Amino acid sequence: MTDFEPKIVAFLCNWCAYASADLAGVSRLQYPPNIRPIRVMCSGRVDPVVIIQAFKKGCDGILVAG
Amino acid sequence: MNIDLITNSEVKSIEGEPGNLEVALVNHPRYVDPIKCTGCGECALHCPVAAVNEINKGLNDRRATYIEYAQAVPLAYAIDPDACIGCGLCENMCIAKAIQYDDKERETTVKVGSVILSTGSQGYDPSGLDCLGYGKYPNVVTSEGFERILSAGGPYFGHVMRPLDREEPKSIAWLQCIGSRDTNRCGNGYCSSVCCMYAVKEAMIAKEHIHGDLDCAIFNMDMRTAGKDYEKYFLRGRDKEDIRFVKARPHSITEVPETGDLILQYADEAGEMQEEVFSMVVLSVGLQIPDSSADLAKRLGIELNQYNFVNTNSFTPVATSRPGIYTCGVFQGPKDIPGSVTEASAAACLAGIDVAESRGKDIETVEVPEEIDVSEQEPRIGVFVCNCGINIGGIVDVPSVQDYAATLPYVVYTDQNLFTCSQDTQDIIKERIIEHKLNRLVVASCSPKTHEQMFMETLEACGINKYLFEMANIRNQDSWIHSQDHGAATEKAKDLVRMSVARATKLRPLREKVVPIIKQGLIIGGGVAGMNAALSLGNQGFDIVLVEKDVQLGGYSRKLHHTIEGEDIQGYLEKLIEEVTSNEKIKVLKEARIVGFEGFKGNFATVVEVGPEKEKQTIKHGVIIVATGAKEYAPKEFLYETQDNVVTQVELSDLFVEKGADDLDSVVMIQCVGSRNDENVECSRICCQSAVKNALKIKKLNPNAQVFVLYRDMRTFGLLEDYYTEARNKGVIFIRFNRETPPEVKTSSDGGLIVTVKDHIIRRDIEIRADLLALSAGMVAEDTEELSYTMKLNRNPEGFFIEAHVKLRPVDMPGEGIFLCGTAHGPKLITETIAQAQAAASRATTFLAKEEIKLSAITAKVDVDYCVKCLTCVRSCPFEVPIFNQEEKAIEINEAICHGCGVCACVCPRQTIQLSYYEDDQIMSKIDALLVEGM
Repeated sequence: MTDFEPKIVAFLCNWCAYASADLAGVSRLQYPPNIRPIRVMCSGRVDPVVIIQAFKKGCDGILVAG
Repeated sequence: MNIDLITNSEVKSIEGEPGNLEVALVNHPRYVDPIKCTGCGECALHCPVAAVNEINKGLNDRRATYIEYAQAVPLAYAIDPDACIGCGLCENMCIAKAIQYDDKERETTVKVGSVILSTGSQGYDPSGLDCLGYGKYPNVVTSEGFERILSAGGPYFGHVMRPLDREEPKSIAWLQCIGSRDTNRCGNGYCSSVCCMYAVKEAMIAKEHIHGDLDCAIFNMDMRTAGKDYEKYFLRGRDKEDIRFVKARPHSITEVPETGDLILQYADEAGEMQEEVFSMVVLSVGLQIPDSSADLAKRLGIELNQYNFVNTNSFTPVATSRPGIYTCGVFQGPKDIPGSVTEASAAACLAGIDVAESRGKDIETVEVPEEIDVSEQEPRIGVFVCNCGINIGGIVDVPSVQDYAATLPYVVYTDQNLFTCSQDTQDIIKERIIEHKLNRLVVASCSPKTHEQMFMETLEACGINKYLFEMANIRNQDSWIHSQDHGAATEKAKDLVRMSVARATKLRPLREKVVPIIKQGLIIGGGVAGMNAALSLGNQGFDIVLVEKDVQLGGYSRKLHHTIEGEDIQGYLEKLIEEVTSNEKIKVLKEARIVGFEGFKGNFATVVEVGPEKEKQTIKHGVIIVATGAKEYAPKEFLYETQDNVVTQVELSDLFVEKGADDLDSVVMIQCVGSRNDENVECSRICCQSAVKNALKIKKLNPNAQVFVLYRDMRTFGLLEDYYTEARNKGVIFIRFNRETPPEVKTSSDGGLIVTVKDHIIRRDIEIRADLLALSAGMVAEDTEELSYTMKLNRNPEGFFIEAHVKLRPVDMPGEGIFLCGTAHGPKLITETIAQAQAAASRATTFLAKEEIKLSAITAKVDVDYCVKCLTCVRSCPFEVPIFNQEEKAIEINEAICHGCGVCACVCPRQTIQLSYYEDDQIMSKIDALLVEGM
């Protein structure tokens, strides 16, 4: 398991978390490249069904930030 | 598009008349072309010269080629000519060819109709106060420096550390009133109004950032948390976060040389000397007008007061002494962000009135060609991958990403650009769209937050629906954060492009609904706020209906006599009512009650019952301004209900008019009656100045009368502090009491009153004989329960209406097209009310000046055929948009008021609601595309 690299899907709210992720870039903060962000208009848009589907298709973690 | 930003420039002179002014500017050289500069930062990365970082208060360095901070607008670098050694490295590194060493100072002119001075303030520099050791002891910082220490973009990346040894402090002391309320050492007699709140905030954030216990102590004379909801914040800091508030003004700071700790000596409330050691000391520096602003005012012939704030009148708070020139923010007087933002809108309102006749003449608009119907076409996707100079291209292997994109389904064209956002690239994209008949566009570059709109416009210019666009964020969320791992960054870029292409195939053209705006405004409440808002709009040519529940205009101001500055409120009110009633654009409805309401921004319909006959009429209007006001609290305390010689401050003002003050020998005033207690936690903001105003009046009418003011914190913020100082100089005695030991009042045998209060210095009860007791009764909101229910307007627990955003949108209400001003928003002075009314009018103008509004197409739509009317959406929407239409027996989602969050789409158990542009399959397509190839 030492080589295990999780696949993480991040649902980011357009108004806060997505903007924060942009700012992290502007500030040149460095973090592991395991996250694939998906922009949504509100974290409330993230349907539990979508989360279950993502897990079923093989993703290891979900981050909902908003 | 209609705002020209001219940075790095100074105003030399302004000539002409209001409506036709010529402004002469000196444009200082920037040495970097802000249009070519993409803000990539390569220049600064290679610049070999270090200079003091002013924005971080000297706590770290910056380069000679620099940008002040990451959020700067325009996001373009500049060269500091004093530090630059002219080595030429940055010029060599800059791919955008933006460096201009030969840039020179230029002089230009602009023609405008009106001018607003908003030059702001600087923090007071405490270097001159050598007893505080600022500049000598490293662990003494100013509040501005500490603000940077707390910031993620600051010198220590948000870790709270001491400048001396970069250790986490164990204790921090804030010293208030540095450079404020200090006529002795710096001549700034005013209160800066903001430092108490920011000290509490800094202490709370410091406690949040520090891992472990942190002792925070704020040394103050009075805690002046007098804004809306500020008292609650202060109490949270004190009671929940254990911040200590010490009533003392420490004289000097000394350092423990071995540790860098700081010793504070101060006299406590009992007058005894105390000594405490802190790891760090923050000097809460006040606001001060820079000399350059004072010079500017002199050049322009603008009158300033003794502290160099712009001289304004109580009834024209943002007008300067020169017609056509307005002011706002701290240059007008010390104030916080909500006040500054409010005044900014107020100044914009007055500046707009001056140019109302020419409204729209110089507006630039873009012609959009007719849209081509591509809905039946198979997707033909063009992918443009940006290098962003070397920001992306230096880390991500852009050619391989481009090659990869070409292999994806439906992709028929790919390209890579040095800067995809540049104007010439837009032209190239347009050519390619037409040449290759592209009907979807994917750009892999920076953030949609900043560039989506621009690329959407490029699509529109080719006749393609702007919602057939998708962006892959491979800079901010990829190359910049994985700059050490080029391989992983490239893989991630490919994933993001694949996900975007997948989503692009699922996108559909969307229509933005256009609705006309009814060019009439409804103003609720005919007091000073409502009337000022009405006049501000009427004078710009908009039709206004002003509804007042009473039989006459004026509201609570009819009971007031003078402002603390001595200006005549009744005279002003008479003039104001005359102007409102004679303005042909303003229709006044008295004895009016709102009984029905429906509609949305730009299209409201309100039913009003008018007059004693309760005649019903329906008003159609595009905007609403709520100005329902407030009134004085009717005290139950201190024998007010039974004794004639116990009055409120407003009643005391009436007594001066009726019979002067000759019969008064001893007057006691008690502060915070009906405020800052269990029933009403908030501070009423105005009562301290009411007490000072009336105390000064007594001393003027009858200098031999004794006046005692029993207070908890004297909150004479801003320039009001001068009157507090004057009152003390004239012999008014101020005695502080604690909430736990309030004064007691009883009648004496001679018909007078005996007021007993515990003096905190001598720690004994003292008895004061008084022939009159004036209670500084707080301000309570008007009864607006019915109105708030009818119009669905939210109020806070105190009954004041809630604004959309405390700081950024202080006069907007959460519902679009609805604005708020005056004491309906919270307790405030008449001057503040007028500024807020003008601000609300200004915000309303942004609607009324338009013929129509385009609504966002990102809204929820319900498929009524499949809906089972379970009402889950009705219950879940945070904005109460979905409703059950009783007649149609169906759920309705009005796209005009939908915020596009998609919560309803998410909770709908039958998936009959879809959020356009974020439909289920559009989101799932990204996940499918991502996981099909692993990660």
